[in-house]
Amino acid sequence: MSDFPTKAKCVVIGAGIVGNCLVGHLTDMGWDDIVLLDKGPLPNPGGSTGHASNFIFPADHSKEIVDLTLDSQKQYEELGLQNTCGGIEVARTPERLEEFKRRMTSATCWGIPSELLTPAEVKERVPFISVDVILGGFYTPSVSAVDSLETGTQMRKKAQDAGSLQVFANTEVIDIETSTGPNKPLVQAVLTDKGRIECETVVIACGVWSPRLAEMAGATIPLTPAVHQMADVGPFDVLVETQQELAYPIVRDMDTFCYERQSAGSMEVGSYAHRPILHRVDEIPSNNEAALSPTEMPFTADDFDQQMEEAIELMEFLGDGEIKYAINGLLSLTPDANPVLGPTVEVDNLWSAAAVWVKEGPGVGRLVAEWMTHGYPHLTDPHGADIARFYPQQRNVHHIEARAEEHFNKTYGIVHPREQWATRRDITTGPVKARTDVLEAFYFEAGGWERPHWYESNSDLVATYEVPGRDHEWDARWWTPISDAEHLHMRDQAGIVDLSAFQVFEVSGPGVLDYIEHMVVNKCDVKIGGSIYTPVLNSSGGFRSDLTILRLGHNRFRIITGAFDGGRDEYWFRHNLPGDGTVQFENRTNGLCTFGVWGPNAISILQGITESHLDQSAFPYGTCQEVLIAGLPTDMFRVSYVGDAGFEIYTPTQHGLALWDAIIDQGSNFDLRPVGAAVYGTSGRIEKGYRLMGAELDSEYTPVEAGLARPKVKVADFIGKEAYLTAREGAPCAQLCVLTVESHACIDGYNRFPMGAGNEPILTSSGERIVDAKGRVSRVTTAGNAPSVGKYLLMAYLPTDLCEIGTDLQVMYQNENYPVKVAATGANLALFDPDNGRMKA
Amino acid sequence: MRVLVCVKRVPAPGSRINISPDQLNVDTAHLGFTTSPHEECALEEAAQIIEEHGGTVTVLTAGPTEAEEQLRYAASVGGTDFVLIPNNSGGDWDPERTANAITQAVNKLEAEDGQFDLIMFGNESADAGGFQVGVRVAVALDRPIVNGIKGIEINDRVFTARREVDTGVEVYQLEAPAVLGIREGINLPRYPTMKGRLASKKAEIAIAPIEVHPGGQNKVRLHRPEERVTETNVLGESAAAAARVVDLLDELGVL
Repeated sequence: MSDFPTKAKCVVIGAGIVGNCLVGHLTDMGWDDIVLLDKGPLPNPGGSTGHASNFIFPADHSKEIVDLTLDSQKQYEELGLQNTCGGIEVARTPERLEEFKRRMTSATCWGIPSELLTPAEVKERVPFISVDVILGGFYTPSVSAVDSLETGTQMRKKAQDAGSLQVFANTEVIDIETSTGPNKPLVQAVLTDKGRIECETVVIACGVWSPRLAEMAGATIPLTPAVHQMADVGPFDVLVETQQELAYPIVRDMDTFCYERQSAGSMEVGSYAHRPILHRVDEIPSNNEAALSPTEMPFTADDFDQQMEEAIELMEFLGDGEIKYAINGLLSLTPDANPVLGPTVEVDNLWSAAAVWVKEGPGVGRLVAEWMTHGYPHLTDPHGADIARFYPQQRNVHHIEARAEEHFNKTYGIVHPREQWATRRDITTGPVKARTDVLEAFYFEAGGWERPHWYESNSDLVATYEVPGRDHEWDARWWTPISDAEHLHMRDQAGIVDLSAFQVFEVSGPGVLDYIEHMVVNKCDVKIGGSIYTPVLNSSGGFRSDLTILRLGHNRFRIITGAFDGGRDEYWFRHNLPGDGTVQFENRTNGLCTFGVWGPNAISILQGITESHLDQSAFPYGTCQEVLIAGLPTDMFRVSYVGDAGFEIYTPTQHGLALWDAIIDQGSNFDLRPVGAAVYGTSGRIEKGYRLMGAELDSEYTPVEAGLARPKVKVADFIGKEAYLTAREGAPCAQLCVLTVESHACIDGYNRFPMGAGNEPILTSSGERIVDAKGRVSRVTTAGNAPSVGKYLLMAYLPTDLCEIGTDLQVMYQNENYPVKVAATGANLALFDPDNGRMKA
Repeated sequence: MRVLVCVKRVPAPGSRINISPDQLNVDTAHLGFTTSPHEECALEEAAQIIEEHGGTVTVLTAGPTEAEEQLRYAASVGGTDFVLIPNNSGGDWDPERTANAITQAVNKLEAEDGQFDLIMFGNESADAGGFQVGVRVAVALDRPIVNGIKGIEINDRVFTARREVDTGVEVYQLEAPAVLGIREGINLPRYPTMKGRLASKKAEIAIAPIEVHPGGQNKVRLHRPEERVTETNVLGESAAAAARVVDLLDELGVL
């Protein structure tokens, strides 16, 4: 074909809801010279968009997902392609009714009008439902159904009409060529069966086919094609008579993991209850080979029989409907059920926009376009969807399939905020797991690592400190009073924390000082042995990360970040390397392990096994030194995230076990106990008011609002500096606060404990939702007991006028309100030892 | 009325059909399976006959164990009795062997429960397209057969069967017991209901192992003709395209 382009600025592969919306938004943001390719025909090229049920239930527990969904609904509405019909989730079990209270809490938090219904009220809206099998409903009037194919067509057409886009359907991508870039391979061209297009940027928006496309370039997009069964059943007089596409609310039968959605005279019955059926990309037929479309695979009826029985239980007339169309529809599942968006970690200028539902498609299109245009999205913080979140061991098919199999049946499940994965455990462990196993550690997974969350061997401390339990099973799930007891013991004696999951990078070379100054907010030109705790910003001045940097040498820095952020942070630091060879980046996570030793006895314990002087005068707070402990080489860093005297101690992994044994052995004279990450990450932290990336810190907030702005701004330029300076000019419209829960008593008379899962709104004393001048809702970012303070604490951003200490507010938890009081705000949020006397002792 | 319908499990392919490496079968690795469309119509016709006249519809297939799926589908759309002649050889029997097996099965079933008034086949199978099995069975049973049937009327024990030919419609009268080869279009087969599907799981399937020797027809290899690549030429959008559509139709001589 003579008019096939040989050059383009950007090639988007995949004309489903995501690819189409992306090219529309890129055009709006000023991009031109875009080419959109799809192997299939238009308007339905045969991907998952083409067989989607196209309905949207906006209420979700995740802010990120809700932001994307609400923006998508707005876009569908603006195009006139949304039918707002309302939707009801029905409960068959008491557990589900409890879950509905959580959903009400989330809906309140995000400002999505919803209400709980009795079975009779459900029947008023859905007259053909069998009330005898349900216990209640959760009704959201703004549930809608959309036309995703036409939306895609219009978004694509908008870009074509603007002259920024050329579209080529029936065009197969054969290869994505790369060249040698400054730091890693760089996208160079897309080879198709119609010709080669040299290009600067490639976006893979190919849904289930994305892994294959990524592989062509040497990158990974961790997802697996998986089956979602759906049958169209009908016709039914009761539906035909309505003469409408959707006259009744869409029903989600949450305990059977099924939905019933009217489609004119028929009902679509879909299920997430059948066995997980995963396919490999190579098993998907081509457009020509497929009986229907490639992603409408042959229906395996046996897998659907139980769902049919349950659907008939709920709506008896369904039994007499003919099954006119039934498919094993393919969709994309990632290891953690979130999308995979953003620049791929392996290849520069190669982007992923995959594993996206129709309900998030247009929002994802906008988000990725913003990301490509501004360097970081504005729509929401993509923390949970960033493709860089996965570590190498989480990108292979074994991991992807194991986790997808595990979470598929949780699509409509009741998933506890602290719920742990069951599969692919013990894949990544520190050097002392044999020891912590003996101590009966209960492990939580932290970024793939096994990290002791508490130690059953400390259960005797519960009686010692008279730590109370929790009344409600939900509050006590994946929780133990042992953690609070470990906390109190550490404050009284000493604790050792296995921090092997820390992500440790080192950067070095003649250009390293300029580089590191450019990357972070705070001044890095400190003395050798000095440390810097600093925000890392995106170009818009919001948080990209927060982390600690040690200056190990004139031209050598160590960057230490959390297990949940290592992937994203590594991408960011590597991506911004100067590329001229003046800075080397090394990931040292696997070569170093870390232990924290803290508490009043910590210094004495460690002093007993080293000849170096550990007192403050010889080894001041915030500095690091090379120290031999029991004859083993370590880097000791005097710091604390838990507010007590002590050190983080780094040693080569091969010495980790010996070092642990030496400290434990010496500690036996000082009642040293192992202490879990529940203390390190929550109770110790919250008593000191320390912020956590992904909780308090995200791209929507600035260091000024987080109370992390220093009095002065360094001279050196850094990413986000301009926005940071602007943020410092006026008074912030919101500030991070610590609040105390004043009463835990629920309506039934026992105590409840908010989770801090991000979905619990802070309300005024009269119960009003609180939104700041920038439209951001006040919600709990962290919740946890502060055993040494004797209070249960919450962290939340509040509009500045509500930040005054002593202000009475409320928190919603499980659809009930509890009184809270502002207890701290500003830079120092510590309610325990606010002068830091213990850490600096 | 006692009716027998013979069906075959066949792959449900798209427009491109892949052939197995030994070139003897369709590659079904990623395909679903269905009943040949002519046979679905035969089954629908049989269901309508017994709804009107009373009786039973026995559905018989020769095939792998998985062909139970097609028998259960038949149970969900009106079949009453089900017989599977196992063939787990991994491939189709040749038409002669299949016909011999079905003939033996019919003899056995009729010996047990009485003669079938009507035996129906699809005009030809959707995959092999041999056009042979029905005729061979009818000849072996010494019963009349007409193929290509797109209409049946029943008057006592006489079947009036119609088929379309180039010159018009041929009408045949056959006295029971008779055999008919049914063509798609005779009716619009019903879809199974959800209740029907669930009930079909309980249907009893009789397994009828039959020893038959291979026939004289050997498949040498399958050949896939070269794909015809058709270029889509978009004439335009909405009303603006009307004039070009008219021109094209004129060019094609269809106006």
